[in-house]
Amino acid sequence: MNTAGYPTAWRPPSFFGTRGRQRLALAGALAYLAVSIGTLNIDPQRVLAGVGRAIDLFGRMIPPDFSRTGLLFRGMVESLQMAFAATLAGVVLSVPLGIAAARNLAPRPVYLAARGLIVVGRTFHEVIIAIFCVKLFGFGPVAGLITLAISSTIFLAKMLAEDIENVRVGPIEALRATGAGFGQVVVYAIVPQVLTRTTGTAIYRLDANVRHSTIVGIVGAGGIGHTLSASFSRYDYDFAAAILLCIIALVALGEWFSDWVRRRLR
Amino acid sequence: MTADLAARYPTIWRRRSRRESVIAWLWVAAVAAASVWSVSALDIEWLFFRDAHEQAIDLAQRMWPPRWSYLPQVVAPLIETIHIATLGTAIGVVFSLPLAFLAARNTTANGFTWAIGRALLVGSRSVNTVIWGLLFVAIFGPGPLAGIAAVAARSVGFLAKLVAEAIEEADRGPIEAIEATGASTWQVYLVGILPQVMPVLIGTTVYRWDINVRESSVLGFVGAGGIGIYLYASINQFAWQQVAVVLLAILAVVIASEAVSARIRARIS
Amino acid sequence: MPAVAAEGRGPAAPGAALLTIEGLAKVYPGGTQALAGVSFAIERPEVVAVIGSSGAGKSTLIRCINRLVEPTAGSIRLGATEIVGLPAGELRAARRRIGMIFQEFNLVDRLTVMENLLSGRLGSVGFFAALLRRYPPQDIAGAFAMLDRVGLAGLHDSRADALSGGQRQRVGIGRALMQNPELLLVDEPTASLDPKTARQIMRLIRALAQERGCAALVNIHDVALAQGFADRVLGLKAGRVAFDGRAGELTPAVLTDIYGAEDWSQTIRRADEEEAAV
Repeated sequence: MNTAGYPTAWRPPSFFGTRGRQRLALAGALAYLAVSIGTLNIDPQRVLAGVGRAIDLFGRMIPPDFSRTGLLFRGMVESLQMAFAATLAGVVLSVPLGIAAARNLAPRPVYLAARGLIVVGRTFHEVIIAIFCVKLFGFGPVAGLITLAISSTIFLAKMLAEDIENVRVGPIEALRATGAGFGQVVVYAIVPQVLTRTTGTAIYRLDANVRHSTIVGIVGAGGIGHTLSASFSRYDYDFAAAILLCIIALVALGEWFSDWVRRRLR
Repeated sequence: MTADLAARYPTIWRRRSRRESVIAWLWVAAVAAASVWSVSALDIEWLFFRDAHEQAIDLAQRMWPPRWSYLPQVVAPLIETIHIATLGTAIGVVFSLPLAFLAARNTTANGFTWAIGRALLVGSRSVNTVIWGLLFVAIFGPGPLAGIAAVAARSVGFLAKLVAEAIEEADRGPIEAIEATGASTWQVYLVGILPQVMPVLIGTTVYRWDINVRESSVLGFVGAGGIGIYLYASINQFAWQQVAVVLLAILAVVIASEAVSARIRARIS
Repeated sequence: MPAVAAEGRGPAAPGAALLTIEGLAKVYPGGTQALAGVSFAIERPEVVAVIGSSGAGKSTLIRCINRLVEPTAGSIRLGATEIVGLPAGELRAARRRIGMIFQEFNLVDRLTVMENLLSGRLGSVGFFAALLRRYPPQDIAGAFAMLDRVGLAGLHDSRADALSGGQRQRVGIGRALMQNPELLLVDEPTASLDPKTARQIMRLIRALAQERGCAALVNIHDVALAQGFADRVLGLKAGRVAFDGRAGELTPAVLTDIYGAEDWSQTIRRADEEEAAV
């Protein structure tokens, strides 16, 4: 075949549209890298020194010290209890808030207020909420419980509101047409549509709460977090390693359990 | 007429079989038992709740009006927070790709490497960013370097898990086609698999960046840089009007990052 | 097939028509006048098709009769009961006497076929009985019999979303008939179905209405289908009744009046074939 006259060079189209824009994006990224690293005062010496310290640290972490089982066990159990109770509270409290945040159920001012509350609540990290709860309720797991309950309520309410807004109107109309009462329409037309997803979301939240329950202790709100941060401050790295392994095990278990239940629910 | 019907057709119907009913009740009992256990063991001072709302209102009043003069001091740490999130996510992406290939059943070398990949995934994802922060502060000392490492460590597992799932679900067709040309394994990965998982990778990266901005706002609590330390200090000094300013600043940044993230993800899909 | 317990029928006044509509009007909040004074009566159990172009008011008419849409003016009498202005409790009692069948079937997807059928009896059981799915034995027998009658025997424990479109509409028909109604309101029952299934469904509706001795008011956009399965046809145009007569009296002139100019001879010829087939 005669290939004379055809171009001999070809490059694939870039992600950014034109070649020029791709170069611009690359230049922008490099510039950002330079500026940010400069602003943060990160010098390579610290990084290297860190590597050395990391090796030293891991050396001290092995073997992990599981001897203080009482402390370990109590902390983990406390975290678990906080997570579970907070999820329960969240499920219960999310119902009114979720209904209030559903555009098709709530009157407009109520809807706006509820949605506003949800947006603000989601923005702040659990640790920030934890600090405020510690200030209000003192140190200990109660503050942690309330922190997680608040964040769970906000999250579950948002999901519930979305489910309610997506509910199909047809079956509701059909059941009203048979002469069914309001409660019956809710039980037969709305609950079946919403219940499965709500249960799945609650399980997902339980798993998330188990994760968060391990860190609220860092600011004094109970659970294993406090034990962990204390062990780091005291350079008890082998104990810290033990705690870390327990946390990983607990969280991994929780996630596996959550996946299993949600698969069964389908 | 009715008796005639009743004679020819069943008059009993149950929504759940006996076995299903028992299982359902067992779940209810389990949840009830767990609830009682968790609530009772926590020794909740129900008395607290009575005046808690008063205290909350008192607190809100003390935070008003926000001390706007504090705002300039907060700008640099805010920018630092965003840098920590961005750089951490970027490093996370770089490491997540090889980890994803390691943890995906169809691209990993053997069962052993797959197990290692999975273990690294679980390890990275089960440890909170803040806890990674504790660890890296011990390694690198306090400052944003520890924060970046913490964000990266948490993000690697998050991203790699989702990309690994995308790799496992990748369409066999293009992969087989490239294998049939006699390409090497790496070339198959590059041309057959990578383009398929790119959308997932990019979308997930943007999503994680948005979450990381939120997480970076509290890394300062453990000394890993960002605005967290200013919030912590203000609260401990009971400087509530300063606290209000910091909270509002964090609110603005997180909402902005969520908006940006949503825009980009909408553009992609 | 014998009907399930004939309760719930309204007071029988001598000479009262099954359904009387007078001057029914509906203006939507935006200003659209969907119905501009509709009047007709259904004296005896017959199948009445309602035809008309989109926007002529067919859907509004059907939904006004059981007040899923509130009429702006006019009177609706089911037997001797005036429906407009009824308070909530009595409205529910009136709705029990009217069965409704929908274009999109409107089953509760996650519930089983049996639960969907029994939901037709919700108006007659209390809240807790409904919650616990404890229905009276004659209702259960009636539901099984209904399943048989609509051709879905054995599917009582299948989830509604596992069925085909035609099967779902059969459940919808069964649910409406579980109420043992005096009147069936049918809103475009075949619009979401393929042509063959559509004819089967229309055949089923017509047969059941005749067996149960209830009148049926059927919105339908397919004129041939209307002519093939209805006794009487109401033609709506711009919110008024433009034609009210026997199915055989539909001429191309009438159709032009209702829908606009077209070659209507084709439609009429197909309808004649439908009649022959039925």
